[in-house]
Amino acid sequence: MGFLELRHVEKSFAEAQVVTDFNLSVARGEFVSFLGPSGCGKTTVLRMVAGFEAPSAGAIVIDGQDVTALRPNRRNIGMVFQAYALFPNLTVAQNVGFGLRVAGQGRAAIAARVAEMLALIGLPDLARRYPYQLSGGQQQRVALARALAARPRVLLLDEPLSALDARIRVSLREEIRRIQKELGITTIFVTHDQEEALSISDRVVVMQQGRAVQTGTPFEIYNRPASRFVAQFVGTLNLIDAAVRDAAGGVVELGGAPVALGRPLPAGAVGLALRPEAVALGRSPEREVVLAGRVAEMHFLGAVIRLRVDVAGQIIALDTFNRPDAPPPEIGASVEISLSARDLLVLED
Amino acid sequence: MKRLLPWAVFVLAALYFLLPLIGMFEFSLRMKRGQYSFEAYRVVLADPRFQQTFLYSVILALLTIVLGALIVVPTAYWVRLRLPKLRPVVEFVTLLPLVIPPIVMVFGYIRMFNTSSLLPLTGSWWGTNVLVLFGYATLALPYMYRAVDTGLRSIDAATLTEAAQILGAGWARILAVVILPNVLVAVLSGAFLTFAIVIGEYVFAALLNLDTFGPYMVWMGGNRAYEPSALAVIAFAITWACMGMIQLVSRFLRH
Repeated sequence: MGFLELRHVEKSFAEAQVVTDFNLSVARGEFVSFLGPSGCGKTTVLRMVAGFEAPSAGAIVIDGQDVTALRPNRRNIGMVFQAYALFPNLTVAQNVGFGLRVAGQGRAAIAARVAEMLALIGLPDLARRYPYQLSGGQQQRVALARALAARPRVLLLDEPLSALDARIRVSLREEIRRIQKELGITTIFVTHDQEEALSISDRVVVMQQGRAVQTGTPFEIYNRPASRFVAQFVGTLNLIDAAVRDAAGGVVELGGAPVALGRPLPAGAVGLALRPEAVALGRSPEREVVLAGRVAEMHFLGAVIRLRVDVAGQIIALDTFNRPDAPPPEIGASVEISLSARDLLVLED
Repeated sequence: MKRLLPWAVFVLAALYFLLPLIGMFEFSLRMKRGQYSFEAYRVVLADPRFQQTFLYSVILALLTIVLGALIVVPTAYWVRLRLPKLRPVVEFVTLLPLVIPPIVMVFGYIRMFNTSSLLPLTGSWWGTNVLVLFGYATLALPYMYRAVDTGLRSIDAATLTEAAQILGAGWARILAVVILPNVLVAVLSGAFLTFAIVIGEYVFAALLNLDTFGPYMVWMGGNRAYEPSALAVIAFAITWACMGMIQLVSRFLRH
């Protein structure tokens, strides 16, 4: 049994079903991300764990205790909000110590814990500042310290990086992960940014229309997406509709050439997915399928160059490392690309 | 020409507003024949009845502010947080004191709470004071509610509430430690407006037979020549001081 369990949780607002039969078991100290587009129900699930929304059905269990009917202030959960939600009238130290004061701890204990938390987030000198005197990144660090100060059982992070600029987002997410590992606290992280979710999570729950459509490690989610939706939502993807030549033998036609996938296929056509990084420019010894095409687009992304190659009317994107001694091909140039049949994912829906 | 017109309107409006005030102030200085002096002000300020009625009204105003804040802050907060659909109804109710004349309200009060009623508040000094206090809180409702509602709009009350809740706080602590301090400027704005209304209020006090500053001013107006003008200038100064305080407090308490 997991430390945090969501069992057949459902939520509907009036006629609209927002969360449907949501099941999840989170181990103690695990970092799990809810990933999905806006309106997929990920924040609603988080708010049900926090106690701000009551499930229409199902149960939420923390450390063996059913907390479904418990009010938020009785759950001993820490939460960081997208909009920081620091109390504007209180200093940083007072904000961090708020939960401890509510719990009735003594002044000395509060001061010691606040100092410890501020050291943990790397802002030991800002105790007397007010939130409006801090940058966005500093405010979110303080919000994290405040959420952790009272030693909660579970930490909930509701898109905590969305309001920050790109560079701070990356550094803060690494810091969140470091602190989470250091404290070993069970954490749920809600985000619509797949890079964020994949980079810091032990497991990712991909959500679509109120359902968890796939749960797995970032490696599994990225490399073995369970559906077309997951494949499209997580990372960049080539979606190829290929004609099936031999259904029983698992052979499809790709760019005019037969490609054996080594598994039985439905007759007619099949949807294939291929990551751009699995395709190489030119021939490559470990890639047995070679296709000829013409460069349709070229995007210089710095370390990586993304080419979009027209192969018999089918556009295939591929990523190649930028090498100063080998400039990328011109648009319109004839090129060969190679790929391996084992990298082609057959999409079930 | 296009630039002159707004200025002309502004000057005309300023004259319309200021001339009677200047005239009243000038008249209040003429108590001593042939010279300007503050004699009328000295007489008024030295009058024990002035001190007594003014102090009485100040106490009533302060109590009204406390009562108004106690009623309005939780109401406006709850409506914003949990009952947003009720907001138009609550706004309409809070506007009623502006359209129902005070004399109608006070007659209603007297009818409801007279000595032969179930709750005979008018039968005792304390009861009458409680009645007038609630009456004043009602009169100040449009100003207090709007001020507090505007203050609540400027903060993310829902998220701050959730942040406090998840940290273990109950409703009383959330209101006292999180919400109230963050709408304090708005509450004080409402408080100064309430003070300005209560300090010169006449109808409630006169009909409930309370010896406050409002009836004193009317009595003075009917019996003296120069002192009423001095009193009016003092009352006017108090009102403007309240307005000035709103600005000052807003500036200094802004986080």
